[in-house]
Amino acid sequence: MAESLKSSRADTVQHITTPGGLKVWLVENYAVPLIALNFALVGGAAQDPAGKAGAATMLAGLLDEGAGPYDAEAFHKELDTYAIEMSFGADHDHFSGRMRSLKKHIRPAFDLLRLALNEARLDADTIERVRSQLLAGIKRDAHDPHELASAAWRELAFPGHPYSQATHGTLDSVAAVTREDLLALHRQCFTRDGLHIAVVGAIDAQTLSAELDQVFGSLPERGHRLSIPAIELHNLGTRKIIDLDIPQATIQFGLPGIARHDPDHVAGFVVNHIFGGGSFSARLFKEVREKRGLAYSIHSGLATYEHTALLMGSTSTKNERALESLSVIEDEIAKMAAEGPTEDELIQAKKYLTGSYALRFDTSSKIASQLVHLSTEGFTPAYLDERNALIEAVTLDDARRVARRLFADKKLLVTIAGKPENVAEQG
Amino acid sequence: MLDLTPETSSPRADRPASPAAQNNAAAPDISHFHLDNGLEVVVIPDLRAPIVTHMIWYRNGSADDPAGKSGIAHFLEHLMFKGTVKYPNSAFSDLVSELGGQENAFTSNDFTAYFQRIAKEHLGRMMEMEADRMVNLVLSDEVVAPERDVVLEERRMRTDTDPSAELGEAVQAALFVRHPYGTPVIGWGHEIEGLNRDDALAYYRRFYTPENAILIVAGDVTAQEVRQLAEATYGQIAARGEAPQRIRAKEPPSRARRLVTLNDEKVEQPAHQRVYLVPSYATAAAGEGEALEVLAHILGGGPTSLLYKTLVVDKKLAVAAGAYYWGQALDDSRFFLYGMPAEDISLDELDEAMDDVIADLLRSGIDAQDLARAKTRLVADAIYSQDNQTEMARWYGMSLTTGMNVADVQAWPERIEALNAQDILNAATKWLDRRRSVTGFLLPAA
Repeated sequence: MAESLKSSRADTVQHITTPGGLKVWLVENYAVPLIALNFALVGGAAQDPAGKAGAATMLAGLLDEGAGPYDAEAFHKELDTYAIEMSFGADHDHFSGRMRSLKKHIRPAFDLLRLALNEARLDADTIERVRSQLLAGIKRDAHDPHELASAAWRELAFPGHPYSQATHGTLDSVAAVTREDLLALHRQCFTRDGLHIAVVGAIDAQTLSAELDQVFGSLPERGHRLSIPAIELHNLGTRKIIDLDIPQATIQFGLPGIARHDPDHVAGFVVNHIFGGGSFSARLFKEVREKRGLAYSIHSGLATYEHTALLMGSTSTKNERALESLSVIEDEIAKMAAEGPTEDELIQAKKYLTGSYALRFDTSSKIASQLVHLSTEGFTPAYLDERNALIEAVTLDDARRVARRLFADKKLLVTIAGKPENVAEQG
Repeated sequence: MLDLTPETSSPRADRPASPAAQNNAAAPDISHFHLDNGLEVVVIPDLRAPIVTHMIWYRNGSADDPAGKSGIAHFLEHLMFKGTVKYPNSAFSDLVSELGGQENAFTSNDFTAYFQRIAKEHLGRMMEMEADRMVNLVLSDEVVAPERDVVLEERRMRTDTDPSAELGEAVQAALFVRHPYGTPVIGWGHEIEGLNRDDALAYYRRFYTPENAILIVAGDVTAQEVRQLAEATYGQIAARGEAPQRIRAKEPPSRARRLVTLNDEKVEQPAHQRVYLVPSYATAAAGEGEALEVLAHILGGGPTSLLYKTLVVDKKLAVAAGAYYWGQALDDSRFFLYGMPAEDISLDELDEAMDDVIADLLRSGIDAQDLARAKTRLVADAIYSQDNQTEMARWYGMSLTTGMNVADVQAWPERIEALNAQDILNAATKWLDRRRSVTGFLLPAA
């Protein structure tokens, strides 16, 4: 067994409670003179006001565009002067932020982060600039096949639910967002409940605690987030074509998945790895790409959102062979539902998944990101040591049962952008 | 801030980062040596996690594709996963996967590289199998034909469905009149269709030799360990005598500014790009490549740059504007400007406004604070990249396959620090000459 599996990764994580009461995970390491900080806040695009999709993305994009005494240009100059990297984003369920600083510049780095989170100015002209950038991005991707296939897929999958909307919104919804909307969203979500912080690098617990209390300590205790209903995947069995004059059909397909804390999640993760996960050994890769040359990219994955769970996949194949690609995918689903993985496939998948876990922890930023992810999913660092044992524990019976659960008697929701030949719409 | 930086189809460093500063106490202790058969070896220690990044780089890329066979370097990269006598079919990939490793490969203008990231105790095994693949590849028509289809699908996915990528190809093709950098790395579609097993094997035998390869190992390993393992594996391959020569057609003088326009009904947001033919680190006079790097940063590296500040923030003519320099190239290379116009602003207006920014810079010189910030940023990147062993390995590989040596890479931050405002201004005056440039307009259907 690899050295990396014998030693405890969880033991490298310090659990800190700052004097101000913030809970933080720290991995202290001085090998490289920098620190990486990642955080997440419950919230994100699902909190966008009705008709104003894109508001969360706009807010995230505005945090480093002027704060406290600095206008946008001055703020960016401060970041540049100290070579501080700082960025913010929003997915459907979370706001997120990341910062990297050289050890010698952590004072200004934490100070600028404090300003961005607490005193973003949201100046009117800056809002208009960021709005125009968001709109340009939407227009740029207006005929992008992946964008079109996923937009159609989301709308069919989650009708009327915030997940049906793109995080970047539409031309109309972005145009409708006001400064007041952004301020309200900030009040709702930038609060100490729902905050997850991890830091990796050249800093001790005491110094970090004092800095973090300055950065996050003044945020309100509680937010007032909209309650988002859970949603099951709709329109299974539907196949929709978005007509686009390009030589290739981009196919997006999906099925219901398995929630993160469902006892079957880990087995589902292993089964998906065998079916269409990342490596060259997956069945979809072998059947669609290697044997038939139908596509360059073919992949499936379990996606777990706060309020739904999916198994999603996609590929791009020339219009003339789109039907063939679809039937190969459907055949593989039927086969996996009927027989499940073979014993050898299960052994190989476990070896890969357990052995490669260490590769997720080889840079400060990756460690910080993994820790925040773990925290938002409701785990503690102990999971870092338990995770491989959970994968080892998946039996062939488990895998077959969960393969049936995922794939048996299920109809795919499929969207296709392009001009696929001989493919009919369904549903 | 929102990022509207264009994607480029060819790999380039996201940031012009250099991995090591000799004057920095924390700089890793890099080892560099050759095996008897000519194979070059670089070892980059990173003891923080018990894993290694193992890469083999070949000093050949798409610019070495024979005439009429564009895409063969990249196609062979795909075919290198098809097995050898000893490890047939996918045995190599299967073992990497079984050992918990990750692997991939990539091709650019001047290099082709293969890598695995894996627990350190498996390094010897990776080296043995990669060395085997350097000389014992087996190809049959049965595996070559579907893989050619895969590459054609890759081309459709990346280029043929994306007007912006199609314009990028047309701009490069117009910029390089004779030199093969004007040909896309993946190849032209009609030439990919004609590539076969014999083409791939001929190319393989010519370039996949110990003299033409560089082994780079980054991670939890000592130079001594790497040397022993390398001698037992790569070292057993017979020398061929000398490295293959890379002889590429030279560019004639550039005398005409060119405009390439692509209209497509899929375009709703117009976009602008301009590419200048400029020296690379390898072909530039001493310090000139570094000056172009700093110039790109001051002119268009992020929200404090002149282009962004003037065109996006102050004049509101654009929603995006920037510049970057592709310095790591064996032959003369490229300096890029890009922009996206604001609503109701034409590409001509944006184009002129860009020229005004450059004219202004040439007239008023380089601001001392702008220069200081650019240097800080670029030199800091050298420290940030020490946090990522794979990035370090990539940086050395790209540098060593494009005419630089280990000392050049290590002294890069010092050379950046040594530049003064006049150096930057001289580079701008000399190289931002529109007669050396091609401008690309991406527009909706006419």
